[in-house]
Amino acid sequence: MSNLDQVKPGMPWLPTRQERSQKALSFLLSVLASVVLLFTTGLNGKLGWVIAFFISYVSISFITEYRRAGIPAAQDSLLTSISRFAIFLAIIPIVSILATVISKGWRGLHWGLFTQDMSQATVNDSIETGGMLAAILGTFIMVGLALIFTLPISILTALYLTEIKGKFAGLIRFLVQAMSGVPSIVAGLFILSSIVYPITQSFSGLMGALALSILMIPTVARTAEEVLLLIPNDLREAGLALGATQWRTVAMVVVPAVKSGLVTAIILGVARIIGETAPLILVTGGGDATNFNPVSGPMGSIPFYVWKAFLLGGSEESSYRTWAGILVLLVWVLILFMAARLISSRTRKR
Amino acid sequence: MLVTKPRRSDQFFRVIVTSGGMSSLLILGLILAFLAYRGFEVFRFEGFGLITSSDWSVVEDDNGSVVSQSYGLAAMLVGTVLSATIGVFIGIPIAVLSALFLEFYAGRKIRNFLIALIDLMAAFPSLLFGLWGFLVLMPSAEYWAKLLHKYLGWIPIFDVPARFFTRSPFIAGVVLAIMIIPICTSISREVFSQTPLDRIQAAYALGATRLAMIRAVVIPFGRGGVIGGAMLGLGRAMGETVAVYSVLNIVYQVNWQVLFGAGGNIASMILLKIGEADREETNALMAAGLVLFLLTLIINFIANFLVNRLGKTGR
Repeated sequence: MSNLDQVKPGMPWLPTRQERSQKALSFLLSVLASVVLLFTTGLNGKLGWVIAFFISYVSISFITEYRRAGIPAAQDSLLTSISRFAIFLAIIPIVSILATVISKGWRGLHWGLFTQDMSQATVNDSIETGGMLAAILGTFIMVGLALIFTLPISILTALYLTEIKGKFAGLIRFLVQAMSGVPSIVAGLFILSSIVYPITQSFSGLMGALALSILMIPTVARTAEEVLLLIPNDLREAGLALGATQWRTVAMVVVPAVKSGLVTAIILGVARIIGETAPLILVTGGGDATNFNPVSGPMGSIPFYVWKAFLLGGSEESSYRTWAGILVLLVWVLILFMAARLISSRTRKR
Repeated sequence: MLVTKPRRSDQFFRVIVTSGGMSSLLILGLILAFLAYRGFEVFRFEGFGLITSSDWSVVEDDNGSVVSQSYGLAAMLVGTVLSATIGVFIGIPIAVLSALFLEFYAGRKIRNFLIALIDLMAAFPSLLFGLWGFLVLMPSAEYWAKLLHKYLGWIPIFDVPARFFTRSPFIAGVVLAIMIIPICTSISREVFSQTPLDRIQAAYALGATRLAMIRAVVIPFGRGGVIGGAMLGLGRAMGETVAVYSVLNIVYQVNWQVLFGAGGNIASMILLKIGEADREETNALMAAGLVLFLLTLIINFIANFLVNRLGKTGR
């Protein structure tokens, strides 16, 4: 009995000290080899070093694995190191984008950004004059209007796909998918050709909101469908068994049960359209002055503000303006993203 | 058989939900109808020349009235397909390998963190990619373009007529690759995660290494889904406007040489021309929009078919 107590549980799947030191050694060796490669070949720069390191790491780990356990293990290590490298390549841009936006954007930030508009300033004026008030307000109004148009349509679409499951469910599901692939500029052209040219003949915030709704509907509808599918059928059957009609079951049982999921869908939809640029360039007119009225007069938006500063500028001031605008936009995207994750993780726990 | 007639409230509910559900059909139909209506005259005037000719010009006399006009999209079509294809060729291998890493190699914590990061990247607006590509990526991509030209210049598509490497389709393709990586990674990851666990464990039990398991089980199972995801990425890349506009030198000529700084795509051409277009040219731009719309619709259709039908096969 006492013998059993003394036996230590082994963990043969964990790497031994020798294996670990071998790994560290091959890592060090490949750093060394990559530096040598850097000096002897045409590669240079940070990315060049990354490539050189990749080549040497892959070949060194291939050789060590081959010596340890033969060809299959060596091939296996090849896939391991290549896929590691791939995820590294996929992560580089996002880190670089975040770093660029933050390091360039903070210099253009000041309080006037949120209290002034661009009606008295051009993009090349000093950064203290003028701000994004009109742009932020315009984005809020247009996104809000787009939300009002989108919400009923996409929730009805999701309900059709999950509750009624009619004859056309397959077709509608495909069309919603196809709609999410509609290029944003086509949405703008559609509003131009169907409403702006024949009817209103002027740009306005409402047109921007309509174009944005086309882009927003598929995102909200698909997310709403996904959360509705998660509701167990027992709930629906329980509602029907209690004598409720289908409509009362949906309104009193199903929709309340997915409330937070629907909020997530809305947030994802807003995140999808808040940075949309091309349709707004086509149909809103992009005004510099603060405009509360979505039906008349051009209306600014954050993406348009950034775009204008980027295209018309050339000075240091305009570049500050561009990146400060992008930073504000990115902060909104981050807030929406965090909110969506927070809500969905909280509901998953329940 | 006794059939209960639904209550009136239920009939009403069904009618409302069904009509709401049909709205996507209505919207897509309206887009098609209005663009075709606007572009109709151009279609009749140009015929197939709209797609095959590469001359887009409006000649005016001194009074500003139009003397001659011709609208051909071939140059921009080539540019669209070229830059999107480069994007897919660079982006898809990275996306699929990343998905493999996330699904089969990464530890739980790292995996969740990386997935969050990639999902965040999918939410970035295209404007952001465009400006970043212009400022940060372009100098470095130019260096890589020169390197490619130096070593692979003997292949016709990597050759250049003049040493002008900035704002080339190659750089636009790299930006597009970066833009589609997050979407394609999450689609592939989802497809891979549906691989039946018993098959995976059976492969391991037979002594397969991870590579052998992936080759024998995961790839045959997920092939259709991954190809479908790639097609979705291709559709995205073809319709991209702002990002391409900011990194590409839009020149109206057929250019197959990916490293040379001239090219364009339909979407960015529309954005460039619509500001100063007269009535006739605007109609031509609507026709161009219709061509782009149909192109993305077809690609989406194929992608959807592949993801749904071929997704769940394999040994």
